[in-house]
Amino acid sequence: MQPFSFTQARSEDEAMAQLRQNSRFIAGGTTLVDLMKLDVETPAHLVDINALSLNKIETLADGSLRIGAMVRNSDLAHDAAVIKNFPVLSQALLAGASAQLRNMATTGGNLLQRTRCYYFRDPAYAACNKRRPGSGCAALEGFNRIHAVLGGSEHCVATHPSDMAVAMVALDAVVHIRGPKGERQVKIEDFHKLPGTTPQIETVVEPGELITYVTLPKSAFSTRSAYVKLRDRASYEFALASAAVALDLNGKTIRSARLALGGVATKPWRSHEAEQALTGGQASDQAFRAAAEAAMKSARPLRYNGFKIELAKMALVRALNEAAQL
Amino acid sequence: MQDTSGQGQNSQQHPTDTTGVGAAADHTSNRLPELSGNGSFGRPTPRHDGTLKVTGQARYAADHPIRRVVHAVAIQSTIANGRVKNIDASAAEKAPGFLAILHHGKAPKLYRPSNDFMSATKPGEIRVVFEDDRVYYAGQYIALVVAETLQQANYAASLVKIEYDFLHPVIDTDQAMNTVYDPEQFFGEKLTAQRGDPDGSYAAAAVKHEATYSTPLEHHNPMEPSASMAEWNGDELTLYETTQWVVGARNTVAETLGVPQEKVHIVSPFIGGGFGCKGFIWPHSVLSAIASRQVGRPVKLNLTRKQMFSACGHRSETRQKVRLGAAADGKLTSIFHDTLVQTSPVDEFIESCGTTTEMLYSCPNVGIAHHAVRVNIATPTPMRAPGENPGTYALESALDELAYKLKIDPVELRIRNHADTNEHTKQPWSSKYLKDCYRMAAEKFGWSKRNPEPRSMRDGKLLVGWGMATATYPGMRNPGAAKVRILQDGSATVVSATQDMGGGTYTTMVQVVSDALGIPVERIQSTLGDSMLPPAPVSGGSMTTASVLPAIRKACEQALTKLVQTAIGDENSPMHGKKEDEITAQNGRVFVKGSSPSSGNTYAEVLASKKMAAVEGEGFLQPGEERKKYAFQSFGAQFVEVKIDPEIARARVTRVVSAFDVGKVVNPTTARSQGYSGIIMGIGMALMEHTIYDDRDGSIVNSNLADYAVPVNADVPDLEVLFVDKPDPYIDDQGIGARGIGEITITGVAAAVANAVYHATGQRIRDLPITPDKLLQV
Ligand SMILES: Cc1cc2nc3c(=O)[nH]c(=O)nc-3n(C[C@H](O)[C@H](O)[C@H](O)COP(=O)(O)OP(=O)(O)OC[C@H]3O[C@@H](n4cnc5c(N)ncnc54)[C@H](O)[C@@H]3O)c2cc1C
Ligand code: SF4
Repeated sequence: MQPFSFTQARSEDEAMAQLRQNSRFIAGGTTLVDLMKLDVETPAHLVDINALSLNKIETLADGSLRIGAMVRNSDLAHDAAVIKNFPVLSQALLAGASAQLRNMATTGGNLLQRTRCYYFRDPAYAACNKRRPGSGCAALEGFNRIHAVLGGSEHCVATHPSDMAVAMVALDAVVHIRGPKGERQVKIEDFHKLPGTTPQIETVVEPGELITYVTLPKSAFSTRSAYVKLRDRASYEFALASAAVALDLNGKTIRSARLALGGVATKPWRSHEAEQALTGGQASDQAFRAAAEAAMKSARPLRYNGFKIELAKMALVRALNEAAQL
Repeated sequence: MQDTSGQGQNSQQHPTDTTGVGAAADHTSNRLPELSGNGSFGRPTPRHDGTLKVTGQARYAADHPIRRVVHAVAIQSTIANGRVKNIDASAAEKAPGFLAILHHGKAPKLYRPSNDFMSATKPGEIRVVFEDDRVYYAGQYIALVVAETLQQANYAASLVKIEYDFLHPVIDTDQAMNTVYDPEQFFGEKLTAQRGDPDGSYAAAAVKHEATYSTPLEHHNPMEPSASMAEWNGDELTLYETTQWVVGARNTVAETLGVPQEKVHIVSPFIGGGFGCKGFIWPHSVLSAIASRQVGRPVKLNLTRKQMFSACGHRSETRQKVRLGAAADGKLTSIFHDTLVQTSPVDEFIESCGTTTEMLYSCPNVGIAHHAVRVNIATPTPMRAPGENPGTYALESALDELAYKLKIDPVELRIRNHADTNEHTKQPWSSKYLKDCYRMAAEKFGWSKRNPEPRSMRDGKLLVGWGMATATYPGMRNPGAAKVRILQDGSATVVSATQDMGGGTYTTMVQVVSDALGIPVERIQSTLGDSMLPPAPVSGGSMTTASVLPAIRKACEQALTKLVQTAIGDENSPMHGKKEDEITAQNGRVFVKGSSPSSGNTYAEVLASKKMAAVEGEGFLQPGEERKKYAFQSFGAQFVEVKIDPEIARARVTRVVSAFDVGKVVNPTTARSQGYSGIIMGIGMALMEHTIYDDRDGSIVNSNLADYAVPVNADVPDLEVLFVDKPDPYIDDQGIGARGIGEITITGVAAAVANAVYHATGQRIRDLPITPDKLLQV
């Protein structure tokens, strides 16, 4: 770990004002401190935002849910409104990390958590475009069992590891960001970026910007939603493949659907192809399988992760079945 | 591991006072009450050190408060083969708090220890740290930085620039085949052996099975990472360690430093698990010592979790070819077990998968062979049931496959091939209740309701699989010594330089004393984990109980004899002038045989009357002739249920019932926990554990507990552990009769899981671990 300075902010304004060169906000610290210990993150200054009053979950007049960026993952998962109206989100959160970590981890921090790519997390590896732009990618020809089959480029194939964000993609969430130039809102689907030639840029958040809220709109599909996560052990592990789905059904007819994948893509992955395959059709195992095929059609396996294509389909079909039965 | 006699541990001072088999019945004639009388011996007894542990008072290696301690951080090689060209510490030396840097160009002279298990000088790796500029594997220690605080040491270490000359490493066994050789022996056991005609009998066999089974490289991952804290007082060194072998640490560190053994004192009262990686002596114990001498301050060196993946051994990957031939009635006619493992470029440790196969079943024609290749990975080391564990995975999987070919129930097949004697050593067993294990566990499990047809059993959409396997581990014993004191207040202490890794040695020591002296367990203090105490063997090979407890009972007898002599010689005593054998003891009192206990005195009264502080007894026992006459081996049976969701490639172990014959169960409470822990570790081995090396450069890809999966609570189902609990009549001459329990509990688990997976799915997976990617097509 490298030396750094530390200040605490009591308000959003203070938080912005305390920023200096090479600063980071620190929320739960479960990603940031971990990476600082590994010398992957080397900020010169930390601004502690734990005292900010962004820790509430509120149902707004239009029926949408407004989640403060500092709401802890465990509070969000156990919130009555979330469990009732957005069950996929509660399930995804509870499938993530451990109870201790969820008690610290925050909504904003979760969106900005960084990849578990082994080579990214070990500075002994010279080649990692995400950590050292232009240095190459050790994972492409390396041990890439946990890497992405969707959304990769020849510059980076790291997965985005969040469960929560995958559920939020299926819920059409909106991220509220405050920066020196004011406030803006970004659809969650546009929030994370594909690696392309700049894998070091992971989201639309610019240096100095603060995530303030995430809102979940009231929708016809959010209550009939489910999350399925597949991994090497029963708990406390990142996804090899996961699926978040939300369905608006009229009898057996699918009026609209949201399908998102985790663990297999470079960002929380919305599959418009699969949604289109389902929309207007009947809910059936056969239709779900066809949708899963559509979702993985553009998947490209690497040396060790080909199994993820099949596993992701399994997760999708299972999640669709669970949601449809609700 | 073979039993050894005499570890060179001051054995002159400890006369051999056991004569072996003939003495097996002697304990009936001594003064002590019969074992398993009224004491806690053999009864469920809570951990003696439990309160200390749950209240955070138990001090592990890094917890000892030491004034003026400074911190060391180890720098490890990031390449796996080559040389260190240059170490530039100029920036580090200017960092705040920096005190010293040590490396091959800047280290005191160190010596290779004599590397002898018998004389307790066994390093994990014979190449001495900082010996030269050569790099043999990633994670090898390159330098050590010392600074005032841990943070400063970490920071200074991050500023050290190391340049390497890089050579291409060899990681993959296939690529290392040009180095393959046949290792000769493993701690005295031959690694190539044959009886009868395994080839000819296989050719002639009515039913045949041949397959290759493989297990991956695995790491022990105890909860407590290794740590070493060194403090010099003049030329005397105290090392606070986390070691399974305080005597071994003392001798090995002393030899490496080139100082007399008497100058080194090892303290290791609590160990947060070891599983073998704290058995032999690894470089960190020497590093803290030389760093401390260099800076003139006590030095603390904690290994990080990442360092635990290269600094204290691992289990080699194994590739095992098993070939079985049988008659149509299931009788085995031929067994051949051929094992290929890895070792390091600098030392040899062989995962001896085949040695169990020599004796586990009755068969006239048996052959085993072992081969090893050298790869750029650190030296392997014993990991819970080294050899037996991966070996039984292969053999017990193969037997299951054979059972299907023969259409014989797998339990029945094993019973038909039961070895009534050890056909390898041609000895009778000291005691063996394997058939009882099969029966007990099968009944409890409900095995008779099993439909052997694969995919025939369901729970809704889930495929249900039932599998079983035999468990086994040798009943080892080494010389062990202990002292027992009866104190002036009637309480007692018991001491031995043994270890408690969490298995419960503190408690069993107390139980023996309580039983022998009739003193309640709460009034007995046990002390261990200190090299100044009477010597005991490594807590490895499941030998602690069998090696130490008999010596404790012997020490109790001597202490009691001294107390009786004191009473007899005391004019004020009601026992004055009696002969020794006229006096007996019960519930903490001594009195004349045949009279009421109240006519005699309490221990405290006897001592008070003579104004004495204590009487002390000493016991030193070692195995003897009985080892020539009998084969000592524990056995067991593992029954496993898995449920597989074929739609999502998910396998879960849902139930395990196991039964073990380990001789006498001294403490059913902690024995059951050893059962749980071995089974859980076996589930990890079967379904998830796997250390991954990047074969391009030899670095470890998943050297942390997020990426190296071990079972979490949610992976652990209902476990039921049963014991036959019949004392081994020959293992010691003090009537303890316990063969140890730490390792047998993991053996056979992985095979039972894999066999259950086959039963559930019809798919045989011969390559561990059984992860979702291998279950896509079930
Ligand atoms: C062992 C382990 C296992 C895990 N398993 C899982 C899992 O299975 N599934 C899963 O989804 N996650 C998992 N996680 C990740 C965990 O969910 C994240 O670490 C956590 O959500 C991050 O939140 P935090 O508040 O601690 O973020 P921090 O570490 O405090 O911050 C992370 C980043 O976000 C920035 N940041 C934080 N808040 C804001 C804000 N309001 N505005 C702008 N920037 C901000 C910080 O500057 C930093 O760069 C695991 C983590 C660990 C350590
Ligand atoms: S996949 Fe991305 S994060 Fe991983 S090594 Fe390549 S560039 Fe770095």
